[in-house]
Amino acid sequence: MTVSSTSHQQEQGRFITVMKDILARPSGRIGLTLVLFHILLALLSPLIAPYDFKLQNSSLMLSPPSSEHWLGADHLGRDILSRTLMGGREALLVTGIATPLAVIWGGFIGILFGLVGGRVDEVLMRVVDAFLSLPWILKMLVLIVTFGTGIGVLIPTLTFFYGIPVIRVARAATHDIIARDFVWAAKARGHSRISIIWRELLPNVLDTLMVEGAMRWSWMLLAFSSLSFLGFGVSPPTPDWGLMISDARGFMSFAPWGVIAPVIGLSSLIIGINLSADALAKALGIDRAQKAPM
Amino acid sequence: MPQSLFIDIKNLSVGYTSRSGKTIPVLRDVNLSITRGDSIGLVGESGSGKSTLALAAMGYFKRGLHVISGQVQFDGIDMLNIERNALQRLRGGRLALIPQNSGQSLTPNLRIGQQIIEALRLHSDLPATGFDAGVIDLLSQVRLPDPIGLTDRYPHELSGGQQQRVAIAMALASDPEALLLDEPTTGLDVTTQAHIMELLRDLAKDRNLAMLYVSHDLGAIARVCNKVMVMYAGETVLTGSAKQVLLSPRHPYAHGLLASIPRLNEASLPQALDGRPPMPSETITGCAFADRCKLADQTCHSSPPQLNHLETGEAVRCFHHDQIGQLNRKPEKSARSNPVVADKDIALSLANLAVSYSRPGLLSKLFTPQDTPPSTVDRITIDIKKGETLGLVGESGSGKSTILKTIAGMVPAQSGNIILNQTEPLDTMVEKRPAAYLRQVQIIFQNPDDSLNPRHTVAQILAQPLRLYYGLSGTPLRDRSIAILEQVRLGEHYLERLPSQLSGGEKQRVAIARAFAADPEIILCDEVTSALDVSVQAAVLDLLDVLKRQDGTTYIFVSHDLAVVKAISDRVAVLYQGRICEIGPVAAVYSAPFHPYTDALLGAVLEPDPDVAPRLTADDAVELSPPKTGCPFQRRCPRKLGSICETNIPTAQEIAPGHIIHCHIPQVDL
Ligand SMILES: Nc1ncnc2c1ncn2[C@@H]1O[C@H](COP(=O)(O)OP(=O)(O)OP(=O)(O)O)[C@@H](O)[C@H]1O
Ligand code: SF4
Ligand code: SF4
Ligand SMILES: [Mg+2]
Repeated sequence: MTVSSTSHQQEQGRFITVMKDILARPSGRIGLTLVLFHILLALLSPLIAPYDFKLQNSSLMLSPPSSEHWLGADHLGRDILSRTLMGGREALLVTGIATPLAVIWGGFIGILFGLVGGRVDEVLMRVVDAFLSLPWILKMLVLIVTFGTGIGVLIPTLTFFYGIPVIRVARAATHDIIARDFVWAAKARGHSRISIIWRELLPNVLDTLMVEGAMRWSWMLLAFSSLSFLGFGVSPPTPDWGLMISDARGFMSFAPWGVIAPVIGLSSLIIGINLSADALAKALGIDRAQKAPM
Repeated sequence: MPQSLFIDIKNLSVGYTSRSGKTIPVLRDVNLSITRGDSIGLVGESGSGKSTLALAAMGYFKRGLHVISGQVQFDGIDMLNIERNALQRLRGGRLALIPQNSGQSLTPNLRIGQQIIEALRLHSDLPATGFDAGVIDLLSQVRLPDPIGLTDRYPHELSGGQQQRVAIAMALASDPEALLLDEPTTGLDVTTQAHIMELLRDLAKDRNLAMLYVSHDLGAIARVCNKVMVMYAGETVLTGSAKQVLLSPRHPYAHGLLASIPRLNEASLPQALDGRPPMPSETITGCAFADRCKLADQTCHSSPPQLNHLETGEAVRCFHHDQIGQLNRKPEKSARSNPVVADKDIALSLANLAVSYSRPGLLSKLFTPQDTPPSTVDRITIDIKKGETLGLVGESGSGKSTILKTIAGMVPAQSGNIILNQTEPLDTMVEKRPAAYLRQVQIIFQNPDDSLNPRHTVAQILAQPLRLYYGLSGTPLRDRSIAILEQVRLGEHYLERLPSQLSGGEKQRVAIARAFAADPEIILCDEVTSALDVSVQAAVLDLLDVLKRQDGTTYIFVSHDLAVVKAISDRVAVLYQGRICEIGPVAAVYSAPFHPYTDALLGAVLEPDPDVAPRLTADDAVELSPPKTGCPFQRRCPRKLGSICETNIPTAQEIAPGHIIHCHIPQVDL
């Protein structure tokens, strides 16, 4: 038996233990169920949706829930249930691509900063901090107004902006780990830099990044929906929760179902992600409150 | 008049619910009563339930724990069925807790005065106008110098010992009647600890407190407690007066625990207490200690012993307490192995080594070169012979770790040389040292939780040096790993474990195994036992000694614990502020004549013997950097001669061959 196969089995074994640990927690069970449900829904909703999401029927305008249209219809007389079922597709697609990309680039740069250390690192972190202190929505609006909307702009924009806080986290985690005695021990033994980064640092930082990724995902969803809400995200008539809330909010007082349905869709997904992230953090032994592995 | 019970815990069982829904007890049927004026020491290994019991005394249980049965009363109040607000008022009021590291948990951005005022506001009936005077009064009661000046300082401007005193002052703000202390001096220096113990002892007496003192440090317990209760696996195994328990323990576990403590008046390694306590989840049929007990017989394994109340006032949970005399106090092994032979070659030379952490900027280098702070470590010249163990002792910040890190090439030397095997000086940075040298010097750290990568299995951990230095892989790698594990008395089945699946002692064994895997000539041990329980510490010391005898390894052994250093070293260097005060063979350094600093350190050691009082010579002030000129110890030295100590570096006086004291006091007066 070679050592590489041992470590491979080790990784597999770890995945299973972590999964079991997550599922042993109520937060993990509820969270993962919600997330899976939403992903399935995004994949299957075109098949299940009872009506065509863009079909307008003026006689149904703002009609309340009925036996035909369970959640009523919106201001253009479109079926709210069908639109709500499909309203997460775009959001999941965009954030599902942008989140991993953000974690990868932010993580890479953060680890690099953390390793370089010293003056360079400090100066660069000031830049990051300054950037983070600007209201994010402003930054994104500037970019979107300059380059236009659509998936082709949204994905790179979100990737870029959400990678920046990841830099902070990855850098802090790197600093934490390289100050630990096991890294000192590896240095004193005379291991190469690459080997220290690869074997000692990365496995530990990746844990932190995974949890960070999950958290970023939920923030990104919220940002995406906010952009849609402001009219810079998905273009009509594509169904999207943010856009639906924006459209329906004017009729809130007499047709509240138009707002309630997409709000439930969006918040259940975000709650699901947060609960899963929580359970993941606990399963990996990363206490997010203390920002340090226990 | 017999005093009424003040804290009264009756038949208390506390447990948690496991994932499978079973109730797992961590305290089993414990009784504890304290009257006012009593001070009870609670001892046991980590995990024995000490802290749980102490917290239960104030009606508090850590998350996940619940009471299974029993009662807790405080001055007649039922603490388990008391209304929340009333409980809140009691805690921090009549009943104060000083937890571990309480000194470090002061609010960092609040001045000392404000923090104490806050405590007075919450827990005393002092009118607001009396707060300022109250603060000064409390600070003087805990014997802090310059109480008025202190009120304006922030916690980080105080030393560890001073912070701990402030924490005690805050606990006293409510004028408590009972004080619960959970390892209040862990992590403090010997001198500081000794001073705090004296303070607690006097406070308890002056205020007629009921005190419960939790500690694994029997020396501290001996100093402040009049009664001792020993816990094992969630049960009381022995109670009695401090003298009874510490001087003639009637229970095999207490006996083993005491034998595992290294003592200043013994020249041998302490006796290890093998094995480990059962986990709370393990089912125990007989005596919980049976697996580790030398007196155990059939009965012990099959039926649980009851707590026996003896005529002498002790209570013992053991069938064979009358046979305790069969356990010898004297170690089976005669003194530690091999005193070094004088003609051995030199393994490592440190020649006038200096280390500085300050990196002055270019401007200050140009304009104020005289302002550079003195080096953290300076004038270290030591030759270490092959197979020798050199102990380095000194308080926190004395530069012990810095010296080891410099030898290992992790911190660059400012000047001076490190010479291995009498060849040419080594480069100061590890990256530039030839690979052959790296293998020869290995380092073991204090805290195995920090020195083992939590994501690596034991197999991966051991593979690192074996692959790097010997290019092993596949079956030879595995075979060698198993052989090394067996050397540190761990079996093959440990290979696939992660550090989180090991106990503290096992982790440190793995760290030791990793160092020995390189087959090094020199091993640098940095406080390798201070994160461990005493019984585990004895086993680790024993292991280090056995390995050394096998391989003829040279050790540099750093510790703040003078008894541990004495037990394992051949030669000792006493450091203060990065300078050597005294160096010589163990027997010489630990007996008169002394350097004044060695004397202060030795005097402050708390022996687990209620009849031995510490001798406190120097105060416990903490200095942040060494003085620029003269003797490093000048500011605290109780025997300081005068200005010569401030201006001239003390000369080295050779008291006996190899025994050198750096002090201006002439040899005859030392
Ligand atoms: N990386 C660092 N940068 C600046 N100063 C440091 C650094 N590490 C240690 N020091 C300082 O150097 C001095 C010696 O520290 P060192 O860690 O060697 O002491 P020690 O004897 O090992 O203490 P302890 O018993 O607390 O481990 C202390 O004043 C400490 O504050
Ligand atoms: S009861 Fe038996 S096993 Fe337990 S301590 Fe006594 S002699 Fe040892
Ligand atoms: S040289 Fe002076 S200050 Fe230093 S230890 Fe000796 S007497 Fe004390
Ligand atoms: Mg140290």
